[in-house]
Amino acid sequence: MKTQNIAHALFNNWGRRSVIGIPYLFLILLFTVPFLVVLKISVSETDGIRFQDLLSYVDGAVTLKIKLSNYLFLGSDPLYVETYWSSIKFAALNTAICLFIGYPFAYFMARSPANLRPALLMLVTLPFWTSYLLRVYAWKGLLDDHGVFNNILIWLHLIDSPIRMMHTAFSMTIGMVYAYLPFMILPLYANLVKMDLRLIEAAKDLGATPWQTFWLVTVPLSRNGIIAGAMLVFIPSMGEYVIPELLGGPGTLMIGRVLWDEFFSNNDWAMASAVAVTMVGLILVPLAIFNRYQADSGGVRGV
Amino acid sequence: MQQKHQGAADLTGDASFVRIDQLTKRFDEVAAVDDVSIDIRKGDIFALLGSSGCGKSTLLRMLAGFETPTAGGIFLEGVEISQLPPYERPINMMFQSYALFPHLTVFENIAFGLKRDKMPKDQIAERVEAMLNIVQLKPYAKRKPHQLSGGQQQRVALARCLAKSPKLLLLDEPLGALDRKLREQTQFELHNIIKKVGVTCVLVTHDQEEAITMADRIAVMSNGRFLQVGQPHEIYETPNCLFVAGFIGDVNLFKGTVEVDEPDHVVIGTPECRHFVSHGITGTLDMQVSIALRPEKICLQEHEPTIEQRESAQEHGYNCARGMIDAVAYFGKFTLFHVKLDSGMVIKATRENAARHEETQLVRGQRVYAWWDGSDVVVLTN
Repeated sequence: MKTQNIAHALFNNWGRRSVIGIPYLFLILLFTVPFLVVLKISVSETDGIRFQDLLSYVDGAVTLKIKLSNYLFLGSDPLYVETYWSSIKFAALNTAICLFIGYPFAYFMARSPANLRPALLMLVTLPFWTSYLLRVYAWKGLLDDHGVFNNILIWLHLIDSPIRMMHTAFSMTIGMVYAYLPFMILPLYANLVKMDLRLIEAAKDLGATPWQTFWLVTVPLSRNGIIAGAMLVFIPSMGEYVIPELLGGPGTLMIGRVLWDEFFSNNDWAMASAVAVTMVGLILVPLAIFNRYQADSGGVRGV
Repeated sequence: MQQKHQGAADLTGDASFVRIDQLTKRFDEVAAVDDVSIDIRKGDIFALLGSSGCGKSTLLRMLAGFETPTAGGIFLEGVEISQLPPYERPINMMFQSYALFPHLTVFENIAFGLKRDKMPKDQIAERVEAMLNIVQLKPYAKRKPHQLSGGQQQRVALARCLAKSPKLLLLDEPLGALDRKLREQTQFELHNIIKKVGVTCVLVTHDQEEAITMADRIAVMSNGRFLQVGQPHEIYETPNCLFVAGFIGDVNLFKGTVEVDEPDHVVIGTPECRHFVSHGITGTLDMQVSIALRPEKICLQEHEPTIEQRESAQEHGYNCARGMIDAVAYFGKFTLFHVKLDSGMVIKATRENAARHEETQLVRGQRVYAWWDGSDVVVLTN
């Protein structure tokens, strides 16, 4: 009996471990290992062609060589500091605009008749059916000096000469909001559609006007959706490369472009790696804070 | 209760504290509530009883303001309120699942309504404290709803809707989410708190026991209409139709025709036996009627009932049928018997287990006489 139980428990544990193990394995192989490789490159000495090992064994002495000059350079060159700062600003702006547009969007989707919702959901995800690159590129045709928008404005005699829209913060922000809006709407919708409408009724019953009910009940209860949406928009837009490259200009410094330049124009892999590692650090910090915040306030269930 | 009957002027005002006037609600041409009128007295607990889909919840939601009536009006102290939004009505509702705000503490939940009234902070704290005392949840003020048991959540919900001192309290299946053991206890607590506060209350339930124990008056609803309105004992003892008789408690129904129709008694013949009913009915000779008889009114015994056992000598030979015990179910405080009468009809009869050992145990297969008093039957003419 006893041995059987133990075997049973072992087997159970084994099964459970393998199930939990798969995502762990995935993360180790595809995230941790590449990250460590990048980390290693960022602190390695190079002989011009090959990166040297960090640990070397010469004449009975183990030497650990860590080259920090790339990181020191990152801190000393205002270009990098400014780029990080500018990336954070654009990502934050993008997140804010997406939330501002996405929340009402998700709200009305969630409150629309149940038979309409699949169609609305379909419309939100429809852009994913076309290539991302193509859709971003399409904005060029709209925002160009001789693009659709300028032509319409000129035709309406609202302006005499084209307004410069391409390669500005404006064009890049439009592109980013356009590309990331569904990532804000979907988690918000998933949250709002599950909301217990009796709570809304209870708030009204207790004397809250519709506006008060929205701010005191609906918004706090959708907090998890807001956080999830904001993270899904903020993190990738921090490292966004395609949109700054195609729609951005000299005034829109983004870390993704700097990274590309270091890798492919300067061929300075070590420097590029240092930029990448620092960016992961910059993203991991808010993520860690976010996770902590979630755990602390935990227990808002049934939302 | 007694205070209310001081002074005639007061009585007339209080008798129709809430007036529901020809209220109708249609959803896509289907009438959920169909031309319902009722006056509810101040301080009463009024129960709407019916099975699901009978319109009781729609009626409650119209009182709360979540539904707008298709026709008719709702008057609270003579003021028409049916077009007011819920947040402008001096009415609060306790939801079936309590609908406590999960992101707020017990204190904040109770304070929610008070804050909307722009009550000063110190007064809110005082009021919430008083409410927590009433429902005996003072130590739990800082907890979130999910950290409370079902019974505690229910009391928070009650405190939350009583905090605003509503003129009318609405309860939607107040005990529906509780398990059986807790229900009985909570039923009395809830009743006591409501009576102590003195608030007028409309309660919706599908549970006849809940309605009977909690309410001062009950309206039995079916298909959006009131079938019978009355005090619990009236509804139970003198149901006015087959539906009400069948809905409230168990009932045996005999079908037959009126054979003797006198002002003080009638005789009804059914295949089971001849029934002597010791009160007059509004009916005519040879009319088809049903006789409703509660299981607990039936006596089972091995020998024929003697004249001494009877309510009156007139009844001898009536209200008695022979049969065989078909099934016995022991319920603890009472035993339920299924008796197959010689006519083929199976009736239910209960016997209270007052003594630990009943002298005459009735067993399955035994031949018995089932008899009852002529004053215990209800004749249903429709």
